[in-house]
Amino acid sequence: MKEKPCNKSSRRNFLEKGIKLGLATAVGSAGIASVVGKTSDDGSPSGETIELMTTDGTLVKVDSTNVQKVEHPKDHDSEYRVREGFKNRKFVMVVDLARCKNAQKCVSSCNKSHFITGENAWLKIYKMQDNDASSPYWQPTTCMHCDKPPCVKVCPVDATFKRRDGIVLIDNERCIGCRFCMAACPYSARVFNWSEPNQEITMNMDDHHDHGMHYSADHAGLPSVKGTVDKCDFCPHMIEAGEMPHCVSACPNGVFFFGDQYEDTVTNGDETFRLSALLKEKAGYRLMENLGTEPSLYYLPPVDRIVEFEEGMELYNEKNPDIKSH
Amino acid sequence: MQNYNQLVNDLAPKKFGLFGKIWLGLLIVVLMASFYAYYQQLKDGLVITDLRDYALWGIYISNFVFFVAISLVGSLVSAILTLSKVPWATPLTRIAEIIAIAAIVMAGLTIIIDMGAPQRLLNIFIYGRLQSPIIWDVIVISTYLFISLLLLYFPLIPDMAILQKYYKNKSPKLSKWYGKLSLNWRGSDKQKHILHSSIRTLSILIIPVAFGIHTVTSWLFATTYRPGWDSTNFGPYFIAGAFVAGAGGVATIMYILRRSLKLKNYITDLHFDKMGKLMVLLCLIYLYFNVNEYLIPAYKNTHEEAEHLKGMFTGHFSVKFWLVIFGSLVLPVILMVFKRFRKPLPVFIMGVIVVVGAWWKRYLIVTPTLLHPFLPIQDVPESWHTYHPTILEWTITAGTLAAALLIITLLVRYLPVIPIHEIAEENNIEETELNEKA
Repeated sequence: MKEKPCNKSSRRNFLEKGIKLGLATAVGSAGIASVVGKTSDDGSPSGETIELMTTDGTLVKVDSTNVQKVEHPKDHDSEYRVREGFKNRKFVMVVDLARCKNAQKCVSSCNKSHFITGENAWLKIYKMQDNDASSPYWQPTTCMHCDKPPCVKVCPVDATFKRRDGIVLIDNERCIGCRFCMAACPYSARVFNWSEPNQEITMNMDDHHDHGMHYSADHAGLPSVKGTVDKCDFCPHMIEAGEMPHCVSACPNGVFFFGDQYEDTVTNGDETFRLSALLKEKAGYRLMENLGTEPSLYYLPPVDRIVEFEEGMELYNEKNPDIKSH
Repeated sequence: MQNYNQLVNDLAPKKFGLFGKIWLGLLIVVLMASFYAYYQQLKDGLVITDLRDYALWGIYISNFVFFVAISLVGSLVSAILTLSKVPWATPLTRIAEIIAIAAIVMAGLTIIIDMGAPQRLLNIFIYGRLQSPIIWDVIVISTYLFISLLLLYFPLIPDMAILQKYYKNKSPKLSKWYGKLSLNWRGSDKQKHILHSSIRTLSILIIPVAFGIHTVTSWLFATTYRPGWDSTNFGPYFIAGAFVAGAGGVATIMYILRRSLKLKNYITDLHFDKMGKLMVLLCLIYLYFNVNEYLIPAYKNTHEEAEHLKGMFTGHFSVKFWLVIFGSLVLPVILMVFKRFRKPLPVFIMGVIVVVGAWWKRYLIVTPTLLHPFLPIQDVPESWHTYHPTILEWTITAGTLAAALLIITLLVRYLPVIPIHEIAEENNIEETELNEKA
């Protein structure tokens, strides 16, 4: 798999745009001054000396002819690799259940952007009711991008993997289709390509090849592969382009907040919150905390709702799956 | 079995009779049909099955578990019974090993059938990661197959030498093959010593590996969170069930072989009596595990377990569930405690019932759990809420069963199903020159 070139600034853009808090700009890594000695052609000592610091901190004087310019070693961490993810990032999502009215825009936008066909929607809006006495609510569910992902643990071929930025992805060119990850996932977040996906994108794939496009796990669904597993990818391709995941920007009610745990901020595009304060204030929780999967997706309880639950019913038709595939 | 001539004559492999040929033809027809069905699956994907995102494992996986279960019988009879010096086990050891090998080979192939991308099979070896129970299964199953093959072959070596002589004039070509496979067996004391100690070593080695294959197979389920699978009891529960299935398999096949190969003097009523008793014991142990597996979660009745168990006890799966429990576990116990039901025919019938029940039991372990996920099944087509295997799916599954029976049939055709050398040794029959006319 080819690696995409790093574009650090654009990746950072979306958050900076959203936050507008004037977060301290990243301290430019202090480049080690490159020492270029003047070398005389015959290699004899020039008499000119340069002061250098050794690794243990002592200063030594060296004749400039003995100093050679060397390439600065490449910072391994600054390069973007699909399997390693973005450096110093930890993506999280917060879903405010008080705002969801089952508008289905997240679902359709996700389906469209990931070229999903058939019943394979990655994002689902569940009609939930915890007990008879409490009222029902709508619960959008994506992949939880667990910090202790049970799916990754059981994969026999390392096709599904966890990155340092928190994202769990699937390499559809490696997946053998055993579906153990689907059995292991308690959130039913994973879908399988039971037949040839027949996406438009696969038909145009040859064109894309000409334009330098290729299969990459960080834009899942591009294309989907028969006999392999798919799921929500947290849109690393959008993050890289400096934008929000599709579900976040598509939601008319600002249900989805996306952000970086290290920066402690989440935004839905219009509003930006301090993540820790938001979770404290609104009593944020994660699904099935007891299983120890440590999801990256937080929910805010459906209290003080901005819309009535019933409003969402018009788009809810359990037996008609077509709702998703417009 | 008074004299050696008669012994060899009785036990040497025989050509297929009419029944044998019809049987062979039948198996091949089923196999061909399943090849066609599998071709469809390769072409169109697993969409030809009724598997979907919720019922994501179905009869392929339960069939796989069934094969692994059946294969445990090799270690039960030829290792556990032989090592504990059970005197009647000798004539059954080879039958058990043959069943074990056929089953474990088909277990390996069945799991490939379930794969969505079987063309990437080698990825398991290229990218295999030790933290996945699937890799443990691959390692332990291939080890088991290897030891089982040796455990079939080693006791065959003296028999091969006998058959080389036996076929010298009857079929020189066969004789040559047997001769090669006998590895110059002359029956010297040194050779006997090496043979016996290697067989003994293998018999001991195979027991932990056998426990391994089925324990690891149970972990494919028990390492997930799902209700019905999330159990610390699963390893021993699976092993107990495997011995039931395997004993049923041996009881079934020994009856068929006794009749078709006229082995009444070797597989006697005593053997059926003993196998009947063994099956009673094994069924009781398995029932005990079932009580643990179902009644304790039912007592606690957590939300998730309750839904799963309701489907078993009174819901969608209840008919199958109670038929399996009462028909194939309780009934054999009740009947076979009586001596008159431990005659060959009743034991055979019980064997068949136990094996069929064992197959469905695996189905009940795999599928119902998947249809009761933690989050509700919503927003999917109505048909995704249930699982009804398609005809193509059944055809492929039938093909794997036919292939297992075909392996058994072919091994029976060319190998003596009763160990000649061991029987001669046990009955103190001198190995003499073979009389052509006998």
